[in-house]
Amino acid sequence: MADSDLLLDIRDLRIDGKAGDDWLPIVKGVNLTLKKGEVLGLIGESGAGKSTIGLAAMGFARDGCRISGGTIDFDGVDLRKSSQDNLRRLRGKRIAYVAQSAAASFNPAHKLMEQYVEAPVRHGVMGRSEAERDAVELYRKMQLPNPEEIGFRFPHQVSGGQLQRAMTAMAMSCRPDLIIFDEPTTALDVTTQIEVLAAIRDIVEQFGTSAIYITHDLAVVAQMADRIKILLRGEEVEEADTRTMLADPQEDYTKSLWAVRSFKRSAQDAPKSEPVVSVRNVSASYGPVQVLDDVSFDIHARRTVAVVGESGSGKSTAARVITGLLPPTHGEVLFDGTPLPADYRKRTRDQLRHAQMIYQMADTALNPKLTIRKLIGRPAQMYLGLRGRKLNERIRELLHLIEMEPDEFIDRLPSELSGGQKQRIGIARALAAEPRFIICDEVTSALDQIVAEGILKLLDRLQGELNLAYMFITHDLATVKAIADDVVVMQKGRVVEQGPKEEMFRPPHHPYTDLLLSSVPEMDPDWLTNLLEERKSKDHPTSADA
Amino acid sequence: MTLVLRMIAQRLALGLLTLFVVSLLIFGATELLPGDFAEAVLGQAATPETVAAIRRELGLDQPLVLRYVDWLWGAVQFDFGSSLAQRNRAVSDLIATRLGNTLFLALYAAAMAVPLALTLGILAALWRNSLFDRVANSSALSAISFPEFFVAYILIYILAQGGWFPSMARLPAGADLGEKLYRAFLPALTLTLVVTAHMMRMTRAAIINLLASPYIEMARLKGMRPSRVIVHHALPNAIAPIVNVIAINLAYLITGVVVVEVVFVYPGLGQLMVDSVSRRDIPVVQAVALIFAAAYVLLNLTADVISTLSNPRLMHRK
Repeated sequence: MADSDLLLDIRDLRIDGKAGDDWLPIVKGVNLTLKKGEVLGLIGESGAGKSTIGLAAMGFARDGCRISGGTIDFDGVDLRKSSQDNLRRLRGKRIAYVAQSAAASFNPAHKLMEQYVEAPVRHGVMGRSEAERDAVELYRKMQLPNPEEIGFRFPHQVSGGQLQRAMTAMAMSCRPDLIIFDEPTTALDVTTQIEVLAAIRDIVEQFGTSAIYITHDLAVVAQMADRIKILLRGEEVEEADTRTMLADPQEDYTKSLWAVRSFKRSAQDAPKSEPVVSVRNVSASYGPVQVLDDVSFDIHARRTVAVVGESGSGKSTAARVITGLLPPTHGEVLFDGTPLPADYRKRTRDQLRHAQMIYQMADTALNPKLTIRKLIGRPAQMYLGLRGRKLNERIRELLHLIEMEPDEFIDRLPSELSGGQKQRIGIARALAAEPRFIICDEVTSALDQIVAEGILKLLDRLQGELNLAYMFITHDLATVKAIADDVVVMQKGRVVEQGPKEEMFRPPHHPYTDLLLSSVPEMDPDWLTNLLEERKSKDHPTSADA
Repeated sequence: MTLVLRMIAQRLALGLLTLFVVSLLIFGATELLPGDFAEAVLGQAATPETVAAIRRELGLDQPLVLRYVDWLWGAVQFDFGSSLAQRNRAVSDLIATRLGNTLFLALYAAAMAVPLALTLGILAALWRNSLFDRVANSSALSAISFPEFFVAYILIYILAQGGWFPSMARLPAGADLGEKLYRAFLPALTLTLVVTAHMMRMTRAAIINLLASPYIEMARLKGMRPSRVIVHHALPNAIAPIVNVIAINLAYLITGVVVVEVVFVYPGLGQLMVDSVSRRDIPVVQAVALIFAAAYVLLNLTADVISTLSNPRLMHRK
């Protein structure tokens, strides 16, 4: 008999995923226990099987997956042996789910309230009007603005951070015993993330709900979980309570996870030469909406300028202006001191060649029908006129540069590569044009930390070898710390602060920079608590969800 | 709501423009037909003098542009001139009853086909890959694969030979609704069989397409029944593609049913069109073609309005 305060007891869980005609194991015999009122953090890279395990705790397997072995005991009921009807009675009522992207997980056709009351009414927990009153109460507890009214909006009328809180409120609607949080803050800006984390933690504590908190962000899980379990390729690496795990990880893999945030490039000398790219008083707009307002900054050879800010701050728009995709309404972009034509169609081939881009989603940025040879070869052919044997040699050289074995990879398709490898191909494609300046648009944010680390190191090495100037667009301040020389902080289309990294990370800051910096989760499990108290006493300006 | 009204006004204006272009095309195309009414009506007896005399009498000797402007001026006042074949009858008279018949048959078929297609499509999506799904799919496909006249003859063989329904669908003047429904049942059923497959398969595909969405997974994880997941969560988001396919099929029911009309001797617009072409009764051809074009324009407009109404992103701005 399990002890009485045990809520969830998963033994030797095995899950297979369909690959072509075969079933391959995704989860290979994981044990997991959860006591009432406890929060367990599940950590791992993508492909570690953490979401799959989270869903299995609801007796659910996605299409193309099947639970092939083990027992899932929820409060004395084996979910693997339960009928679909019985499972349905548990889901939403006693076990609830909070998805990664609330924007995608709310039905666009129905108002928030409609979706909130669905579970309590359909499961017979309470009547509709009672559920609506309860929703307003929970919206208020989740500190949503206008709790009385927000339920009567459609999902697209509500911001991402608010949706994520509304989804947590929805999960709470039947006061479940267990909530699965599947990366609930991954899609949010750091400043918004804090508010959501705080709201989730409060409400889970208040109702004594058990939770499984799935994430790849160690610092986040440190704030949320009582215990942490680390997964690697469907197997458990180790498990311990949060403080022990942070202070004294046992396994090498865990230590390597902990070490990821330690990469820091060596300090560079101050720039001597003229800037390669110079953005001068640029304003730009989409239709009537102004998105850039008098933005100026310089980028020098061998240096990396990190442009940081929340989504909507104008970071990517600045890149579009530099590449000529969006002609500015005012101001200009200089290359080596010469103004570039505003429209890319009016630029010479050489001007185009020297400004290359690497994109966030390597998945969509590489043509899936072309082999690596074609993908990298095309810019080399187009910009440099390489043909035949010379082209072939150049492709092989580029693959060596990005540390991929030419013989193995040259004739593969993008679909045959991992996420990190695809991003390396994206880098090689940019290098193929032999540019002097590369824009990196959130190049590591879709990658796991260890893989991201490898990409950052590669970019750093290439910069030294090839004299490159980088503009690094990111919302992740850990990346900025790792790779930037200069930092440009943007908010609502304006540059609020800029300067060398050392100065930027040293107080005093502009209040917005301060807000950004202080919002980056730290590994200290007391960080969130301390921060919230500090902010309460200081009554900080907050820009999120404006 | 103002958004929708503005859209309707815009689309109507565009529709009028379309009709204008269509009228040009129709006029041009009828000019390209070999021979004209004078030659067709005189047949063997045509001598250059008699042909010229008839042409002069009917105004066919006027220059093309003049005739077009004259015709267009009449058309905007719903006066399509008089038929060449039946000289004392106005084209609008000739068309009025036929148009009524055609609309009656189209509505009759749609009233059976649309609910049937939606129900089958939703059930097929709900029980996808089941026996029901496969049977519904393959029977719908076979119905659409046979030529219409073949389906019609099969139905006549089964239902008319047995004496249940008349195989001649001619509507007597002054028949009451029940009588009309009874007489037009076989052509309506034939058309239902022909158009259901397309709409049903689109309904099924549009719903299944959405089933991988995170919000569908969310509905399942909230413990909702499969039927509710499909009807309440998937269907509202699938309305736009479904409505568009329905509109295309309704347009087909109005404009493309000549074969069925012929088989069942049903006095609709399609038959009138074909007869008039062979008689070179150009005013009638032009008027009918314009009506067909207007049907397409109006049905597509309706489909777009419904699609817009079904999309909260368009109806409720931020």
